[in-house]
Amino acid sequence: MNNSKGKVVRYNKWGYIFLIPFIVVYVVFQLIPLVSTIYNSFFENYRSGLTQVGPNFVGLANYAALFSGGKIWIYLKNTMIMWIMGFIPQIVISLLLGAWFSDPSLRLKGQRFFKTVIYLPNLIMASAFAMLFFTLFADTGPINSILMNLGILSSPFKFMSNVWSVRSLVAFMNLLMWFGNTTILLMAGMMGIDTSLFEAAQVDGATSTQIFWRITLPLLRPILLYVMITSLIGGLQMFDVPQILTNGTGQPAETSMTLIMFLNKHLFSKNFGMGGALSVFLFIVTGILSLIVFRINSVGNKD
Amino acid sequence: MKKKVISGLLVASMLAGMTIAAAPVMAEDAEGSVLNIYCWNEEFKSRLTDHYPGYEEVDATTGKIGDVTVNWNITPNQDNAYQNNLDENLLKQADAAADDKIDLFLVEADYALKYVDTEFTAPVTDLGLTEDELADQYQYTKDIVTDGNGVLKGVSWQGCPGVLIYNRAAATEVFGSDDPATVQEKVKDWDTFKATAAELKEAGYQVAASANDMFRVFSDNSSSKLVEDGKIVVSPEIQQWIDLSKELVDAGEVGTFDLWSDDWNKGFYPDGKVFAYFGPAWLIDFCMAADTEGSIAHDGGWAATEGPQGFSWGGTWICGAAGTDNPTLVADIMRQLTTNPEIMKDIVTADNDFVNNKTVMEEMAADESYGDAVLGGQNALAMFCAGADKIDRSTMSSYDQGYTEELQKAMKDYFEGNATYEDALQMFYDNLMVKYPELTVAE
Repeated sequence: MNNSKGKVVRYNKWGYIFLIPFIVVYVVFQLIPLVSTIYNSFFENYRSGLTQVGPNFVGLANYAALFSGGKIWIYLKNTMIMWIMGFIPQIVISLLLGAWFSDPSLRLKGQRFFKTVIYLPNLIMASAFAMLFFTLFADTGPINSILMNLGILSSPFKFMSNVWSVRSLVAFMNLLMWFGNTTILLMAGMMGIDTSLFEAAQVDGATSTQIFWRITLPLLRPILLYVMITSLIGGLQMFDVPQILTNGTGQPAETSMTLIMFLNKHLFSKNFGMGGALSVFLFIVTGILSLIVFRINSVGNKD
Repeated sequence: MKKKVISGLLVASMLAGMTIAAAPVMAEDAEGSVLNIYCWNEEFKSRLTDHYPGYEEVDATTGKIGDVTVNWNITPNQDNAYQNNLDENLLKQADAAADDKIDLFLVEADYALKYVDTEFTAPVTDLGLTEDELADQYQYTKDIVTDGNGVLKGVSWQGCPGVLIYNRAAATEVFGSDDPATVQEKVKDWDTFKATAAELKEAGYQVAASANDMFRVFSDNSSSKLVEDGKIVVSPEIQQWIDLSKELVDAGEVGTFDLWSDDWNKGFYPDGKVFAYFGPAWLIDFCMAADTEGSIAHDGGWAATEGPQGFSWGGTWICGAAGTDNPTLVADIMRQLTTNPEIMKDIVTADNDFVNNKTVMEEMAADESYGDAVLGGQNALAMFCAGADKIDRSTMSSYDQGYTEELQKAMKDYFEGNATYEDALQMFYDNLMVKYPELTVAE
């Protein structure tokens, strides 16, 4: 009796030892910053010129300042709109490509090549990518001169001064950068599905559309959920693309200003209090939205 | 080479004469062996390399003056990087090792007070310069770097009176003459300027590249501080800029580009179809792509005239950092570059800068043999001299940099019709208060 108990304890010990690296990294790089961010959000703490103000405990004053004027909700709305505009086409394209790539009956040639190519945009730095688009779509940039030479436009279109052109560009860039990644994830999910299910369906005379909707999609749900939540979190933290594309202004009239771009502005005065409050807000919003996505997706699972 | 040696010797002998009374040159040996200079571009470095006696370049980021190694710490201005870096290092100044201490740093007019009003800058007189030595400098260049207690904290080698720099080819095409007097008639006040803008549009030219080009003309003449007692003020002059710009943008006579952007730069080339830029000597000399083949500046296609209103824009000041271990050398750099008439004259002839020395400038203005190649050989110095005398910068505040940036960003949305005036103004206030949390809006 004693002997076997001792063995269990020993195994536990090894389990804990193997967990240590993760726990240490998590505590140092995640938990401590998280707690200190929340702690900082209750202080007035910024620099004016070369003079440090604070830290003084101000309770919830930073949160009150954050929500006064209601701009934070506009920035949240901007962020969500640009994420959704990029995410819907992204998931559609990725599902389609994933289905094609993982369908053995199509016998696609050069699969490896295309899988690499669609992933390539993700290897470019987002800022470099945004800089490229900034130059391409400038008022006197190449896109405008091409359109004018073709006679489609008579005068340059100000891409950066139109709400929907800026948002579309941001969404398009995010789409381009991330659809390869999503495709590969979904494809991995699809290849994990037991091929006998597909064969059985084919024997029963199901069309490929039916197979996709009735077999592939339901069995893909866990991966789909993972893709949605990670993309949502990434989307809420959208920063580099719109920041570079609009030169930090979120133009026109701050309609492409995201939450993190707003957070970045507080860096100018090293305003850790307001920055902390904004981060806590973002943390809560992310938590709530992830929970909603998780719920919606897991409801069907119980059937 | 020979010339350089001779002029170096001459200057050295003069310098010796000047410094014998104050502090012997030998004293440098007792001071630090490393001189750390903080700045944001190559302008000051090239001034020091070309004009400071005894400066030897070692490589791109180091040089030598006698036994002292000069370290250049150059951080670009973008996204406030220069100031962030400078701030961090100034705050650590007291604890830094002698060789790591900042000895000398540069500031621009827009944020000079941020540094001048602190104890991180050393009073110029403490370094060893006397008021008599600075007597020939333009008064406004001293006002900008004088702190709240009346103590002078920096010196500049340049004066920055601004003029209207116009495209000769455009003037000839539209007005039939590129003579400064004729053009001046067309831009003598803002109403005439507006009428001229319409005339230029007919001919396919924009009167200026961007509404932001005119901003300095109005902000520099502001009748009140832009931030007064911690309150953000939109002065009547700023209001005038907003109204005029809106009118010109609506009429399609001027663009809304950000300054220094690629779209804004297009006017430096003939195809850009821009009639004029507003700017001081450094813009002409340093920014208008004079080295690029095919640019208007390269072919000497610009000319200068007073424009609707006198103004000043920018300027670079040399500040000695408090706690420097090379006070004598710092003082000598200041003395040579900003008070030595011979060196200052060299700067004008070699770099076409407008230097901070009344006697030299008036002499050069009368010198018929001098001409600026970018301006097609025109000697515009008399114009600059007249402007420099009139500059009054008593309405500066330490927030001018942020004010300018945020106002231009917000008003762009108003000019382009993406926001109402009220919304744009609110946006400006909000963003400025994010930058400077201690500010409030004036009622």
